[in-house]
Amino acid sequence: MFKWFHRLGSPKIFFEMSGRWQVPLLWLSVVMLTGGAAWALLFVPPDYQQGNSVRIMYIHVPAAILAQSGYVMMSGAAAVFLIWRIKLADVAVKCIAPLGASITFIALLTGAIWGKPTWGTWWVWDARLTSTLVLFFLYIGVIALRSAMERHAGAGRACAILALVGVVNLPVIKFSVEWWYTLHQPASFSLTEKPTMPVEMWLPLLVMVVAYYLFFFAIWIMRIRNEILLTEKNTDWVKQWLATR
Amino acid sequence: MNLFIASVQRDLLVHFRHPSEVLNPLIFFVVVISLFPLGIGPEPGQLKEIAPGIVWVAALLATLMSMDSMFRSDFEDGSLEQVVLSEQSTFIFVLAKVASHWLLSGLPLVLLMPLAALLLFLDEAGIWALTLSLLLVSPTLSLLGGIGAALTVGLPRGGLLVTILVMPLYVPVLVLATAMVQAAEAGSETIGYIYWLLAILFGAVCLAPIATAAAVNVATDQ
Repeated sequence: MFKWFHRLGSPKIFFEMSGRWQVPLLWLSVVMLTGGAAWALLFVPPDYQQGNSVRIMYIHVPAAILAQSGYVMMSGAAAVFLIWRIKLADVAVKCIAPLGASITFIALLTGAIWGKPTWGTWWVWDARLTSTLVLFFLYIGVIALRSAMERHAGAGRACAILALVGVVNLPVIKFSVEWWYTLHQPASFSLTEKPTMPVEMWLPLLVMVVAYYLFFFAIWIMRIRNEILLTEKNTDWVKQWLATR
Repeated sequence: MNLFIASVQRDLLVHFRHPSEVLNPLIFFVVVISLFPLGIGPEPGQLKEIAPGIVWVAALLATLMSMDSMFRSDFEDGSLEQVVLSEQSTFIFVLAKVASHWLLSGLPLVLLMPLAALLLFLDEAGIWALTLSLLLVSPTLSLLGGIGAALTVGLPRGGLLVTILVMPLYVPVLVLATAMVQAAEAGSETIGYIYWLLAILFGAVCLAPIATAAAVNVATDQ
Protein backbone atom coordinates (compact mmCIF):
# COMPACT_ATOMS: atom_id res chain seq x y z
CA MET A 1 0.00 0.00 0.00
CA PHE A 2 2.67 2.49 1.08
CA LYS A 3 4.89 1.42 -1.74
CA TRP A 4 2.06 2.11 -4.15
CA PHE A 5 1.58 5.57 -2.68
CA HIS A 6 5.26 6.23 -2.87
CA ARG A 7 5.39 5.24 -6.51
CA LEU A 8 2.38 7.44 -7.21
CA GLY A 9 4.29 10.38 -5.75
CA SER A 10 6.63 10.34 -8.69
CA PRO A 11 5.37 12.71 -11.40
CA LYS A 12 6.33 10.34 -14.19
CA ILE A 13 4.48 7.34 -12.77
CA PHE A 14 1.46 9.45 -11.86
CA PHE A 15 1.41 10.81 -15.37
CA GLU A 16 1.46 7.34 -16.90
CA MET A 17 -1.16 5.90 -14.55
CA SER A 18 -3.50 8.88 -14.71
CA GLY A 19 -3.29 8.78 -18.48
CA ARG A 20 -5.09 5.45 -18.30
CA TRP A 21 -7.73 6.65 -15.79
CA GLN A 22 -8.42 10.00 -17.30
CA VAL A 23 -10.49 9.09 -20.35
CA PRO A 24 -12.82 6.52 -18.73
CA LEU A 25 -13.28 8.80 -15.73
CA LEU A 26 -14.20 11.73 -17.90
CA TRP A 27 -16.60 9.68 -20.03
CA LEU A 28 -18.27 8.12 -17.03
CA SER A 29 -18.76 11.51 -15.41
CA VAL A 30 -20.13 13.10 -18.58
CA VAL A 31 -22.57 10.21 -19.10
CA MET A 32 -23.71 10.39 -15.49
CA LEU A 33 -23.98 14.18 -15.59
CA THR A 34 -26.15 14.20 -18.71
CA GLY A 35 -28.16 11.17 -17.57
CA GLY A 36 -28.65 12.52 -14.07
CA ALA A 37 -29.51 15.99 -15.33
CA ALA A 38 -32.04 14.63 -17.84
CA TRP A 39 -33.58 12.45 -15.13
CA ALA A 40 -33.72 15.31 -12.67
CA LEU A 41 -34.95 17.99 -15.03
CA LEU A 42 -37.43 15.98 -17.11
CA PHE A 43 -38.72 12.98 -15.20
CA VAL A 44 -38.69 13.76 -11.48
CA PRO A 45 -42.17 14.87 -10.32
CA PRO A 46 -42.34 18.55 -9.30
CA ASP A 47 -42.39 19.33 -5.61
CA TYR A 48 -45.87 19.93 -4.14
CA GLN A 49 -44.72 23.20 -2.61
CA GLN A 50 -41.89 24.52 -4.74
CA GLY A 51 -43.12 23.25 -8.10
CA ASN A 52 -40.54 22.99 -10.82
CA SER A 53 -38.03 25.25 -9.13
CA VAL A 54 -37.05 22.31 -6.91
CA ARG A 55 -35.06 20.97 -9.87
CA ILE A 56 -32.34 23.53 -9.20
CA MET A 57 -31.57 21.35 -6.19
CA TYR A 58 -29.94 18.78 -8.48
CA ILE A 59 -27.39 21.35 -9.60
CA HIS A 60 -27.06 23.21 -6.33
CA VAL A 61 -26.76 20.53 -3.66
CA PRO A 62 -23.94 18.53 -5.31
CA ALA A 63 -21.99 21.77 -5.87
CA ALA A 64 -22.45 22.79 -2.24
CA ILE A 65 -21.32 19.37 -0.99
CA LEU A 66 -18.33 19.36 -3.31
CA ALA A 67 -17.36 22.92 -2.36
CA GLN A 68 -16.73 21.85 1.21
CA SER A 69 -15.18 18.47 0.56
CA GLY A 70 -12.99 20.11 -2.10
CA TYR A 71 -11.47 22.26 0.61
CA VAL A 72 -10.93 19.22 2.81
CA MET A 73 -9.29 17.40 -0.10
CA MET A 74 -7.06 20.42 -0.73
CA SER A 75 -5.92 20.55 2.87
CA GLY A 76 -5.39 16.79 2.83
CA ALA A 77 -3.03 17.22 -0.10
CA ALA A 78 -1.45 20.18 1.73
CA ALA A 79 -0.81 18.02 4.81
CA VAL A 80 0.75 15.30 2.66
CA PHE A 81 3.01 17.91 1.09
CA LEU A 82 4.06 19.45 4.42
CA ILE A 83 4.73 16.11 6.09
CA TRP A 84 6.30 13.99 3.36
CA ARG A 85 7.38 16.77 0.98
CA ILE A 86 5.90 14.94 -1.98
CA LYS A 87 6.12 17.42 -4.82
CA LEU A 88 3.05 16.00 -6.52
CA ALA A 89 0.87 16.86 -3.52
CA ASP A 90 1.84 20.51 -3.94
CA VAL A 91 0.87 20.33 -7.60
CA ALA A 92 -2.45 18.83 -6.49
CA VAL A 93 -3.04 21.73 -4.06
CA LYS A 94 -2.19 24.23 -6.76
CA CYS A 95 -4.58 22.61 -9.23
CA ILE A 96 -7.54 22.10 -6.91
CA ALA A 97 -7.73 25.65 -5.53
CA PRO A 98 -9.25 27.32 -8.62
CA LEU A 99 -11.50 24.28 -9.15
CA GLY A 100 -12.80 24.48 -5.60
CA ALA A 101 -13.31 28.22 -5.90
CA SER A 102 -15.35 27.77 -9.08
CA ILE A 103 -17.52 25.00 -7.63
CA THR A 104 -18.14 27.20 -4.57
CA PHE A 105 -19.10 30.01 -6.90
CA ILE A 106 -21.52 27.66 -8.70
CA ALA A 107 -23.04 26.69 -5.36
CA LEU A 108 -23.50 30.36 -4.43
CA LEU A 109 -24.90 31.27 -7.84
CA THR A 110 -27.38 28.40 -8.12
CA GLY A 111 -28.35 29.02 -4.50
CA ALA A 112 -29.17 32.61 -5.35
CA ILE A 113 -31.20 31.53 -8.38
CA TRP A 114 -33.06 28.99 -6.26
CA GLY A 115 -33.58 31.49 -3.47
CA LYS A 116 -35.40 33.98 -5.69
CA PRO A 117 -38.54 31.87 -6.40
CA THR A 118 -38.62 30.07 -3.04
CA TRP A 119 -37.54 32.69 -0.49
CA GLY A 120 -38.36 35.71 -2.65
CA THR A 121 -34.82 37.09 -2.49
CA TRP A 122 -31.50 36.48 -4.20
CA TRP A 123 -29.45 36.61 -1.07
CA VAL A 124 -29.99 36.41 2.65
CA TRP A 125 -27.34 36.71 5.34
CA ASP A 126 -28.10 33.23 6.51
CA ALA A 127 -25.64 30.93 8.27
CA ARG A 128 -25.07 28.45 5.47
CA LEU A 129 -24.89 31.08 2.76
CA THR A 130 -22.47 33.11 4.82
CA SER A 131 -20.24 30.16 5.64
CA THR A 132 -20.17 29.20 1.96
CA LEU A 133 -19.20 32.77 1.13
CA VAL A 134 -16.41 32.63 3.72
CA LEU A 135 -15.34 29.30 2.22
CA PHE A 136 -15.12 31.07 -1.13
CA PHE A 137 -12.92 33.75 0.44
CA LEU A 138 -10.68 31.05 1.91
CA TYR A 139 -10.20 29.55 -1.54
CA ILE A 140 -9.51 33.01 -2.94
CA GLY A 141 -6.89 33.54 -0.23
CA VAL A 142 -5.00 30.39 -1.23
CA ILE A 143 -5.14 31.38 -4.90
CA ALA A 144 -4.05 34.95 -4.15
CA LEU A 145 -1.12 33.81 -2.01
CA ARG A 146 0.01 31.41 -4.71
CA SER A 147 -0.10 34.04 -7.43
CA ALA A 148 1.69 36.60 -5.24
CA MET A 149 4.48 34.13 -4.45
CA GLU A 150 4.86 32.88 -7.99
CA ARG A 151 8.62 33.32 -8.05
CA HIS A 152 9.29 32.10 -4.52
CA ALA A 153 10.53 28.62 -3.80
CA GLY A 154 8.41 28.51 -0.64
CA ALA A 155 5.09 29.17 -2.38
CA GLY A 156 3.93 25.57 -2.04
CA ARG A 157 4.66 25.35 1.66
CA ALA A 158 3.12 28.75 2.38
CA CYS A 159 -0.09 27.79 0.56
CA ALA A 160 -0.16 24.43 2.34
CA ILE A 161 0.10 26.16 5.73
CA LEU A 162 -2.70 28.53 4.79
CA ALA A 163 -4.91 25.67 3.58
CA LEU A 164 -4.40 23.81 6.86
CA VAL A 165 -5.14 26.91 8.94
CA GLY A 166 -8.32 27.32 6.91
CA VAL A 167 -9.48 23.76 7.47
CA VAL A 168 -9.00 24.09 11.23
CA ASN A 169 -11.09 27.25 11.13
CA LEU A 170 -13.80 25.92 8.87
CA PRO A 171 -15.82 24.13 11.61
CA VAL A 172 -15.49 27.16 13.91
CA ILE A 173 -16.74 29.46 11.16
CA LYS A 174 -19.64 27.16 10.32
CA PHE A 175 -20.61 26.82 13.95
CA SER A 176 -20.39 30.51 14.74
CA VAL A 177 -22.47 31.68 11.82
CA GLU A 178 -25.02 28.95 12.45
CA TRP A 179 -25.44 30.34 15.91
CA TRP A 180 -25.59 33.81 14.46
CA TYR A 181 -28.59 33.48 12.21
CA THR A 182 -30.28 30.77 10.23
CA LEU A 183 -33.02 30.51 7.63
CA HIS A 184 -31.67 27.74 5.41
CA GLN A 185 -33.16 24.32 5.97
CA PRO A 186 -30.86 21.80 7.62
CA ALA A 187 -29.10 19.44 5.26
CA SER A 188 -31.65 16.98 3.96
CA PHE A 189 -29.16 14.75 2.22
CA SER A 190 -26.83 12.53 4.15
CA LEU A 191 -25.32 9.13 3.61
CA THR A 192 -25.72 7.98 7.18
CA GLU A 193 -29.33 8.92 7.87
CA LYS A 194 -32.62 7.93 6.34
CA PRO A 195 -33.47 10.46 3.61
CA THR A 196 -36.30 12.87 4.36
CA MET A 197 -37.35 13.06 0.72
CA PRO A 198 -38.98 10.38 -1.43
CA VAL A 199 -36.84 7.93 -3.34
CA GLU A 200 -37.72 9.29 -6.78
CA MET A 201 -36.22 12.64 -5.80
CA TRP A 202 -33.39 11.23 -3.76
CA LEU A 203 -31.96 8.80 -6.27
CA PRO A 204 -31.28 11.28 -9.11
CA LEU A 205 -29.67 13.55 -6.52
CA LEU A 206 -27.32 10.73 -5.56
CA VAL A 207 -26.47 10.19 -9.23
CA MET A 208 -25.74 13.89 -9.62
CA VAL A 209 -23.54 14.02 -6.52
CA VAL A 210 -21.47 11.06 -7.74
CA ALA A 211 -21.30 12.59 -11.22
CA TYR A 212 -20.08 15.92 -9.81
CA TYR A 213 -17.37 14.14 -7.84
CA LEU A 214 -16.21 12.12 -10.84
CA PHE A 215 -16.17 15.20 -13.05
CA PHE A 216 -14.26 17.12 -10.39
CA PHE A 217 -11.67 14.36 -10.12
CA ALA A 218 -11.35 14.12 -13.89
CA ILE A 219 -10.71 17.84 -14.28
CA TRP A 220 -8.36 17.82 -11.29
CA ILE A 221 -6.31 15.01 -12.82
CA MET A 222 -6.21 16.80 -16.17
CA ARG A 223 -4.93 19.97 -14.53
CA ILE A 224 -2.29 18.04 -12.57
CA ARG A 225 -1.11 16.36 -15.76
CA ASN A 226 -0.79 19.72 -17.48
CA GLU A 227 1.16 21.09 -14.56
CA ILE A 228 3.47 18.06 -14.56
CA LEU A 229 4.18 18.53 -18.25
CA LEU A 230 5.02 22.19 -17.62
CA THR A 231 7.32 21.67 -14.67
CA GLU A 232 9.02 18.56 -16.09
CA LYS A 233 9.31 19.87 -19.61
CA ASN A 234 13.08 19.55 -19.63
CA THR A 235 13.17 15.89 -18.61
CA ASP A 236 13.75 13.09 -21.06
CA TRP A 237 10.52 11.27 -20.49
CA VAL A 238 8.40 14.32 -21.26
CA LYS A 239 10.36 14.93 -24.44
CA GLN A 240 9.87 11.30 -25.45
CA TRP A 241 6.17 11.47 -24.61
CA LEU A 242 5.76 14.64 -26.63
CA ALA A 243 7.58 13.08 -29.56
CA THR A 244 5.02 10.27 -29.68
CA ARG A 245 2.15 12.73 -29.96
CA MET B 1 11.28 32.57 28.59
CA ASN B 2 14.36 34.78 28.36
CA LEU B 3 13.89 34.97 24.63
CA PHE B 4 10.26 35.94 25.11
CA ILE B 5 11.01 38.79 27.51
CA ALA B 6 14.03 40.04 25.56
CA SER B 7 12.12 40.06 22.31
CA VAL B 8 9.11 41.89 23.76
CA GLN B 9 11.40 44.45 25.43
CA ARG B 10 13.24 45.07 22.20
CA ASP B 11 10.04 45.52 20.20
CA LEU B 12 8.58 47.92 22.72
CA LEU B 13 11.78 49.95 22.75
CA VAL B 14 11.96 50.12 18.96
CA HIS B 15 8.38 51.28 18.72
CA PHE B 16 8.62 53.84 21.50
CA ARG B 17 11.43 55.44 19.56
CA HIS B 18 9.36 55.48 16.38
CA PRO B 19 5.85 55.97 17.68
CA SER B 20 4.20 56.85 14.37
CA GLU B 21 3.85 53.20 13.37
CA VAL B 22 1.90 52.56 16.55
CA LEU B 23 -0.14 55.74 16.42
CA ASN B 24 -1.24 55.58 12.79
CA PRO B 25 -3.61 52.60 13.18
CA LEU B 26 -5.17 54.27 16.22
CA ILE B 27 -5.76 57.50 14.34
CA PHE B 28 -7.14 55.43 11.47
CA PHE B 29 -9.54 53.77 13.90
CA VAL B 30 -10.88 57.08 15.23
CA VAL B 31 -11.16 58.58 11.73
CA VAL B 32 -13.12 55.58 10.41
CA ILE B 33 -15.49 55.72 13.38
CA SER B 34 -16.11 59.43 12.92
CA LEU B 35 -16.80 58.94 9.21
CA PHE B 36 -19.88 56.81 9.89
CA PRO B 37 -22.03 59.49 11.55
CA LEU B 38 -21.10 61.80 8.68
CA GLY B 39 -22.20 59.23 6.13
CA ILE B 40 -25.30 57.88 7.84
CA GLY B 41 -26.60 60.93 9.65
CA PRO B 42 -26.27 62.08 13.24
CA GLU B 43 -29.43 60.55 14.80
CA PRO B 44 -28.37 58.88 18.07
CA GLY B 45 -30.95 56.07 17.83
CA GLN B 46 -29.76 54.86 14.46
CA LEU B 47 -26.07 55.15 15.37
CA LYS B 48 -26.57 53.31 18.64
CA GLU B 49 -28.14 50.40 16.82
CA ILE B 50 -25.25 49.84 14.44
CA ALA B 51 -22.48 50.98 16.81
CA PRO B 52 -21.17 47.49 17.77
CA GLY B 53 -20.76 46.54 14.13
CA ILE B 54 -19.07 49.79 13.16
CA VAL B 55 -16.66 49.77 16.07
CA TRP B 56 -15.80 46.14 15.50
CA VAL B 57 -15.17 46.44 11.78
CA ALA B 58 -13.06 49.56 12.38
CA ALA B 59 -11.06 47.70 15.03
CA LEU B 60 -10.47 44.78 12.67
CA LEU B 61 -9.27 47.11 9.92
CA ALA B 62 -7.00 48.99 12.30
CA THR B 63 -5.49 45.72 13.53
CA LEU B 64 -4.88 44.59 9.98
CA MET B 65 -3.21 47.91 9.17
CA SER B 66 -0.51 47.25 11.72
CA MET B 67 -0.28 43.52 10.98
CA ASP B 68 1.94 43.91 7.96
CA SER B 69 4.82 45.30 10.03
CA MET B 70 4.87 42.45 12.57
CA PHE B 71 7.78 40.58 10.99
CA ARG B 72 8.81 42.89 8.19
CA SER B 73 11.64 44.91 9.73
CA ASP B 74 13.08 41.78 11.35
CA PHE B 75 12.92 40.04 8.00
CA GLU B 76 14.59 42.90 6.19
CA ASP B 77 17.52 43.33 8.58
CA GLY B 78 18.08 39.57 8.81
CA SER B 79 17.36 39.12 12.51
CA LEU B 80 14.42 36.85 11.70
CA GLU B 81 16.78 34.50 9.95
CA GLN B 82 19.17 34.58 12.91
CA VAL B 83 16.40 33.54 15.28
CA VAL B 84 15.35 30.68 13.03
CA LEU B 85 18.96 29.50 12.70
CA SER B 86 19.67 29.80 16.41
CA GLU B 87 18.80 27.01 18.82
CA GLN B 88 16.04 29.12 20.37
CA SER B 89 12.47 28.03 19.80
CA THR B 90 10.78 29.79 16.90
CA PHE B 91 7.44 29.12 18.58
CA ILE B 92 8.39 31.24 21.61
CA PHE B 93 9.83 33.97 19.41
CA VAL B 94 6.64 34.11 17.36
CA LEU B 95 4.57 34.22 20.52
CA ALA B 96 6.70 37.14 21.75
CA LYS B 97 6.19 38.96 18.46
CA VAL B 98 2.44 38.47 18.75
CA ALA B 99 2.49 39.61 22.38
CA SER B 100 4.32 42.82 21.56
CA HIS B 101 2.02 43.42 18.61
CA TRP B 102 -0.94 43.08 20.97
CA LEU B 103 0.65 45.43 23.52
CA LEU B 104 1.25 48.02 20.82
CA SER B 105 -1.93 47.76 18.76
CA GLY B 106 -4.54 45.66 20.57
CA LEU B 107 -4.29 47.20 24.02
CA PRO B 108 -4.41 50.85 22.85
CA LEU B 109 -7.52 49.97 20.83
CA VAL B 110 -9.13 48.52 23.96
CA LEU B 111 -8.34 51.76 25.77
CA LEU B 112 -9.82 53.79 22.91
CA MET B 113 -13.01 51.72 22.88
CA PRO B 114 -14.99 53.72 25.46
CA LEU B 115 -14.27 56.90 23.48
CA ALA B 116 -15.45 55.30 20.24
CA ALA B 117 -18.54 53.95 21.96
CA LEU B 118 -19.39 57.39 23.31
CA LEU B 119 -19.10 58.89 19.84
CA LEU B 120 -21.79 56.46 18.72
CA PHE B 121 -24.09 56.91 21.76
CA LEU B 122 -23.80 53.41 23.19
CA ASP B 123 -25.20 53.14 26.72
CA GLU B 124 -23.11 52.09 29.70
CA ALA B 125 -23.80 48.37 29.49
CA GLY B 126 -22.90 48.45 25.81
CA ILE B 127 -19.64 50.30 26.46
CA TRP B 128 -18.56 47.79 29.08
CA ALA B 129 -19.45 44.84 26.88
CA LEU B 130 -17.69 46.39 23.89
CA THR B 131 -14.49 47.05 25.83
CA LEU B 132 -14.55 43.62 27.44
CA SER B 133 -15.18 41.88 24.12
CA LEU B 134 -12.26 43.67 22.49
CA LEU B 135 -10.04 42.87 25.44
CA LEU B 136 -10.88 39.18 25.01
CA VAL B 137 -10.66 39.14 21.23
CA SER B 138 -7.76 41.43 20.36
CA PRO B 139 -5.11 38.83 21.35
CA THR B 140 -6.87 36.36 19.05
CA LEU B 141 -6.76 38.95 16.28
CA SER B 142 -3.01 39.39 16.76
CA LEU B 143 -2.46 35.62 16.87
CA LEU B 144 -4.42 34.89 13.70
CA GLY B 145 -3.04 37.94 11.94
CA GLY B 146 0.48 36.77 12.73
CA ILE B 147 -0.08 33.79 10.43
CA GLY B 148 -0.94 36.09 7.55
CA ALA B 149 1.92 38.46 8.37
CA ALA B 150 4.44 35.61 8.42
CA LEU B 151 3.13 34.10 5.19
CA THR B 152 3.48 37.37 3.28
CA VAL B 153 6.61 38.75 4.92
CA GLY B 154 8.90 38.17 1.95
CA LEU B 155 6.53 39.76 -0.53
CA PRO B 156 6.49 43.35 -1.71
CA ARG B 157 3.18 45.04 -0.92
CA GLY B 158 1.99 42.20 1.29
CA GLY B 159 -0.38 44.44 3.24
CA LEU B 160 -3.45 43.97 1.08
CA LEU B 161 -2.78 40.26 0.80
CA VAL B 162 -2.73 39.92 4.60
CA THR B 163 -6.24 41.34 4.68
CA ILE B 164 -7.52 38.82 2.13
CA LEU B 165 -5.86 35.91 3.90
CA VAL B 166 -6.86 36.79 7.43
CA MET B 167 -10.34 38.34 7.10
CA PRO B 168 -12.19 35.01 6.68
CA LEU B 169 -10.48 33.72 9.82
CA TYR B 170 -11.84 36.68 11.78
CA VAL B 171 -15.47 35.84 11.05
CA PRO B 172 -16.17 33.72 14.16
CA VAL B 173 -14.79 36.23 16.68
CA LEU B 174 -16.54 39.11 14.92
CA VAL B 175 -19.87 37.27 15.04
CA LEU B 176 -19.52 36.28 18.68
CA ALA B 177 -18.20 39.66 19.85
CA THR B 178 -20.95 41.74 18.22
CA ALA B 179 -23.56 39.26 19.45
CA MET B 180 -22.17 39.73 22.96
CA VAL B 181 -22.45 43.53 22.77
CA GLN B 182 -26.00 43.32 21.45
CA ALA B 183 -26.94 40.88 24.21
CA ALA B 184 -25.49 43.25 26.81
CA GLU B 185 -27.44 46.19 25.35
CA ALA B 186 -30.64 44.14 25.44
CA GLY B 187 -29.90 43.41 29.09
CA SER B 188 -29.43 39.66 28.75
CA GLU B 189 -26.70 37.35 30.00
CA THR B 190 -23.28 37.59 28.30
CA ILE B 191 -21.28 35.02 30.24
CA GLY B 192 -21.80 32.37 27.54
CA TYR B 193 -20.21 34.61 24.92
CA ILE B 194 -17.31 35.38 27.26
CA TYR B 195 -16.64 31.66 27.68
CA TRP B 196 -16.71 31.15 23.93
CA LEU B 197 -14.36 34.04 23.21
CA LEU B 198 -11.98 32.76 25.88
CA ALA B 199 -12.13 29.26 24.42
CA ILE B 200 -11.25 30.59 20.98
CA LEU B 201 -8.44 32.68 22.50
CA PHE B 202 -6.88 29.69 24.27
CA GLY B 203 -7.23 27.55 21.17
CA ALA B 204 -5.53 30.26 19.13
CA VAL B 205 -2.69 30.63 21.66
CA CYS B 206 -1.93 26.93 21.35
CA LEU B 207 -2.35 26.47 17.60
CA ALA B 208 -1.73 29.74 15.75
CA PRO B 209 1.98 30.11 16.68
CA ILE B 210 2.63 26.64 15.22
CA ALA B 211 1.38 27.83 11.84
CA THR B 212 3.14 31.18 12.21
CA ALA B 213 6.45 29.51 13.12
CA ALA B 214 6.12 27.22 10.10
CA ALA B 215 5.43 30.23 7.89
CA VAL B 216 8.47 32.06 9.33
CA ASN B 217 10.56 29.00 8.50
CA VAL B 218 9.30 29.10 4.92
CA ALA B 219 9.98 32.82 4.61
CA THR B 220 13.57 32.57 5.84
CA ASP B 221 14.26 29.40 3.87
CA GLN B 222 14.94 30.98 0.49
